[in-house]
Amino acid sequence: MPPEGPATARSLGGPADGPAYVQADRYELLVNGTRRTVEDAWLGESLLYVLRERLGLPGSKNACEQGECGSCSVLLDSVVVCACLVLGVDAIGSQVETVEGLSADGDVAEIQAGLVDAGGVQCGFCTPGFVVAVHDLLRRTPLADEMAVREALSGNLCRCTGYGRILEAVRRVQRSRAVSDDSDGSDGGTGDGE
Amino acid sequence: MRAARVALPTTVEEAVEALTEAPGAQLLAGGTDFCVEVNFGLRRPPAVVALRRVQELRRYEVTPASVVIGAGTTYADMGGTELSAVLPALAAAARTVGSPQIRNSGTLGGNIATASPAGDTLPLLAALDARVTLRGPAGERTLPLGEIVTGVKTTSIAPDEVVVEVVVERRTGPQQFLKVGTRNAMVIAIASAAVVVDLEAHEVRVGLGSVAPVPVRATEAEMHIGDAIDWRATGGPRASAAALARFGELVGQAASPITDHRSTAEYRRHAVQVIARRALERCVVRAA
Ligand SMILES: Cc1cc2nc3c(=O)[nH]c(=O)nc-3n(C[C@H](O)[C@H](O)[C@H](O)COP(=O)(O)OP(=O)(O)OC[C@H]3O[C@@H](n4cnc5c(N)ncnc54)[C@H](O)[C@@H]3O)c2cc1C
Ligand code: FES
Ligand code: FES
Repeated sequence: MPPEGPATARSLGGPADGPAYVQADRYELLVNGTRRTVEDAWLGESLLYVLRERLGLPGSKNACEQGECGSCSVLLDSVVVCACLVLGVDAIGSQVETVEGLSADGDVAEIQAGLVDAGGVQCGFCTPGFVVAVHDLLRRTPLADEMAVREALSGNLCRCTGYGRILEAVRRVQRSRAVSDDSDGSDGGTGDGE
Repeated sequence: MRAARVALPTTVEEAVEALTEAPGAQLLAGGTDFCVEVNFGLRRPPAVVALRRVQELRRYEVTPASVVIGAGTTYADMGGTELSAVLPALAAAARTVGSPQIRNSGTLGGNIATASPAGDTLPLLAALDARVTLRGPAGERTLPLGEIVTGVKTTSIAPDEVVVEVVVERRTGPQQFLKVGTRNAMVIAIASAAVVVDLEAHEVRVGLGSVAPVPVRATEAEMHIGDAIDWRATGGPRASAAALARFGELVGQAASPITDHRSTAEYRRHAVQVIARRALERCVVRAA
């Protein structure tokens, strides 16, 4: 038993309440703000599989199915996760945002353009995952420094670019946003340094 | 064909009920171990009880004497909350896990139930004599971590039991966690060590990972260094270079590593002494 005295107890949040029991073969998901019905599904299908094969959303890529490459990155209730490690049925009641949904948003278009302009896209297979991860980072930490950027992207693998141009793309997006936010036009933080 | 079902409980009680109702049903938390096994055809659950909606598992409580950590606490939570101030070595361990995506999903309960020798939360929990509370149809029971994690990926958790929370005593003083692997991110530990310096009890606690089938305490090393440290030195506890070197040797003796695809037994034994000593050197003043 904990002794008396000041204590802090915190609930750390989570998705909204869902129904207690559901059939795993037919269910609804909220994807990019739209209710979608999944039919004839198998319980063990990952959210990645459901998005790509059942809901016609092939933007999230399947490269490893073991959480190592990040090319399947999506936002689940605003948190970046690997869609290959979420069971489709476990996304019931949650908000799923894929690269397709995020691309409707101007912020992401800027990241996509930044990747193209900096030469951060070669075969492009890793790109959607990087777009989601960079978007997630910059909306939380717009001025993330080099270390923070590297750490935030450490779960996304690229076999083509060697990463330098992807990091450069992030810096360019940060610079252009700092300039547009900063009326005096000073270097609003390329993020090198603290 | 009877359709497979998934339970999406919002309380531990409902989760236990769901497990009892569908024999063979399997618990799913963050999915970072579970889904890899499903994706690779190594696990075919007939029914799933998903814990993500159980708010009472995703909480923590800090009192003057103890820290309670809910099983649903994610690695991101461990590093991004008050937990990182009271259990800095847990936050450090959490920060080494996988990638941001994995840390957003993976949970403490899943790390314990998976019981991998490389589970990164386990060395600290071992060092702190953590106690783990399970709830099943017959009620709750609380066991020391060592009685839960019984071997490589084996536990004494019954199929109808849910890991609810972990309790550790609070200790005042610096803590460190260090891990060796091939890169900084996305790496399963070749060796790991958690070191806790207790400035009130004048003791050092050491938990080791990936160097034995289960997380181990380096008790001889702890006793040696506890006696060798000058606890009242100005500027903080002070240990001589010789005492620290001996500490490393004794840590190496506590390990019983194997050779596998990640590393050799020799390297693991060497690495674990170096990181344990280095972790301790970051907590105390090194005298000449
Ligand atoms: C790419 C990648 C990198 C990783 N890197 C690391 C790493 O660096 N360090 C590390 O330690 N691990 C690592 N892991 C392993 C994994 O992330 C951790 O073990 C994690 O803590 C598992 O938690 P989870 O919530 O995802 O569990 P799940 O995968 O949901 O479940 C794992 C097991 O635990 C059981 N379970 C889950 N919660 C409970 C509960 N409350 N009660 C009873 N049983 C329960 C499940 O039934 C299942 O058998 C990595 C995994 C991946 C995919
Ligand atoms: S496909 Fe999900 S991380 Fe690689
Ligand atoms: S551009 Fe080919 S994998 Fe990244």
